[in-house]
Amino acid sequence: MGNESVVQAVGLVKRYGTKTAVDGLDLEVRAGAVTAVLGPNGAGKTTTIETCEGYRRPDAGEIRVLGLDPVRQAAALRPRIGVMLQSGGVYSGARADEMLRHVAKLHAHPLDVDALIERLGLDSCGRTTYRRLSGGQQQRLALAMAVVGRPELVFLDEPTAGLDPQARRATWSLVRDLRRDGVSVILTTHHMDEAEELADDVAIIDAGKVIARGTPEELCRGGAENTLRFTGRPGLDVASLLKALPPDSAAAELTPGAYRVSGTVDPQLLATVTSWCAQHGVMPDRISVERHTLEDVFLELTGKELRG
Amino acid sequence: MIAGTYAPKPGAAPLPRMIAAQAALETKMLLRNGEQLLLTVVIPTLLLVLFSAVDIVSVPTKTAGGEGKAVDFLTPGILALAVMSTAFTGQAIATGFERRYGVLKRLGASPLPRWGLMAAKTLSVLVTEVLQIALLTAIAFALGWSPHGNPLAVLLLLVLGTAAFSGLGLLMAGTLKAEATLAAANLVFLLLLVGGGVIVPLDKFPGGVEAALGLLPISALSDGLRDVLQDGASMPWGDLGILAVWAVLGLGAAARFFRWE
Repeated sequence: MGNESVVQAVGLVKRYGTKTAVDGLDLEVRAGAVTAVLGPNGAGKTTTIETCEGYRRPDAGEIRVLGLDPVRQAAALRPRIGVMLQSGGVYSGARADEMLRHVAKLHAHPLDVDALIERLGLDSCGRTTYRRLSGGQQQRLALAMAVVGRPELVFLDEPTAGLDPQARRATWSLVRDLRRDGVSVILTTHHMDEAEELADDVAIIDAGKVIARGTPEELCRGGAENTLRFTGRPGLDVASLLKALPPDSAAAELTPGAYRVSGTVDPQLLATVTSWCAQHGVMPDRISVERHTLEDVFLELTGKELRG
Repeated sequence: MIAGTYAPKPGAAPLPRMIAAQAALETKMLLRNGEQLLLTVVIPTLLLVLFSAVDIVSVPTKTAGGEGKAVDFLTPGILALAVMSTAFTGQAIATGFERRYGVLKRLGASPLPRWGLMAAKTLSVLVTEVLQIALLTAIAFALGWSPHGNPLAVLLLLVLGTAAFSGLGLLMAGTLKAEATLAAANLVFLLLLVGGGVIVPLDKFPGGVEAALGLLPISALSDGLRDVLQDGASMPWGDLGILAVWAVLGLGAAARFFRWE
């Protein structure tokens, strides 16, 4: 499974009138992994996902999902994928359990519906019809509908948008269990922490193109270096500290008594700094490590905040 | 949950089971909806009882079996109205909102093929019509209705009428906004109730208007049913022809222009 890809897109283009939503996008998604498609609103995330799902016919480029053409071989593809739309998808007069049972009936080997209802806390919906459910309950129902048919590949379009922290963690935990059991998951998000928390791979999309991709660690390493800060007495011998550090590091006293070390901040570097302090009788107050986040990577790549 | 719970085991359910499940859900949604019940059950029932009991509009009461009652004129028209309320008005409004709320889109990603969804909708309309017709004929018999004619001709009229109204209803639901469909479908229902020979005989209208109204699907259906059930005609070919043309045009246009999102 490891080397297979579940989605292969090359040079994908999708226009709506004069607006180009997806502009020559290349994407490869590994089987058995959780892949986050990250980008600001309007970057082309949903159009990309909906092209994979067979809703949109690309204007140019090639796309294969589980080796199939999502439009022309839709009948073969649909039973194998699970789809969570960004919103809606349920009869306004249907109860949550009723709709989930219905979707289960469309599949040959569905999950145990009662267990899934309990797991996602949908039993609290009772006899309430969809239109009167809270936004969070509606989101969790849509998630349940995406997984109930035991698909190989699940598409989740902003699965935690508008969820409270507890419901968000419940969703994350389900995504982790899907991955553990060998389901490939593709999700879109504009939450950096969600991508860092969940994703094996991240594809950053801006203006309809993939502008960076890799594991969260790779992406964070690739950008600006990480930083270590501490305070001590003013006027420490920075040149001596620098000599103790690995060659790719830098050290500076920013304001009297405030020091910054940048470079590959790993446990070794931290130990080097603290032992240098010990040798010089310095108590490194407020020592802190600032990890470079996907948020920073995104900002550097696009010059834009993710959530503007 | 234990490891392996979510291990992939994909597959579509057998097609007949999917269509049956979909039809059952659609019927349940319809019967749960108060406005839909008003259109499909309450209004036809009230009109049948009210106009049979009170001489509001004078109607021809002569039947194939001699002098009859107002109910002999009204029942065929009310049956036509019942078909229109379910196949056209109800289906247009329900489908319009399903489109608006992404239900059609979401089901489009399920193993149920689109034609299977349409088959289920048709099945659900037919089940509803059977329930309506059972109720309305029971009431009509209680009011002294004495039907005549060929049951096969009645069945053929009802099926072609359902096809014609379904085509027009789906065309509306698949092209207009949900709110526009809601307004237009109710307006058409009201206009055709008055001008489609349901409770008001078409010969009460001026000659040219009467001829034009006679070409409407509701007029063809109520007139055809009346020819058979009241006047004992064996096969009302003219009305069947009009309904067939509407069915072909409506379903053809719906197939061509229906948008799923």
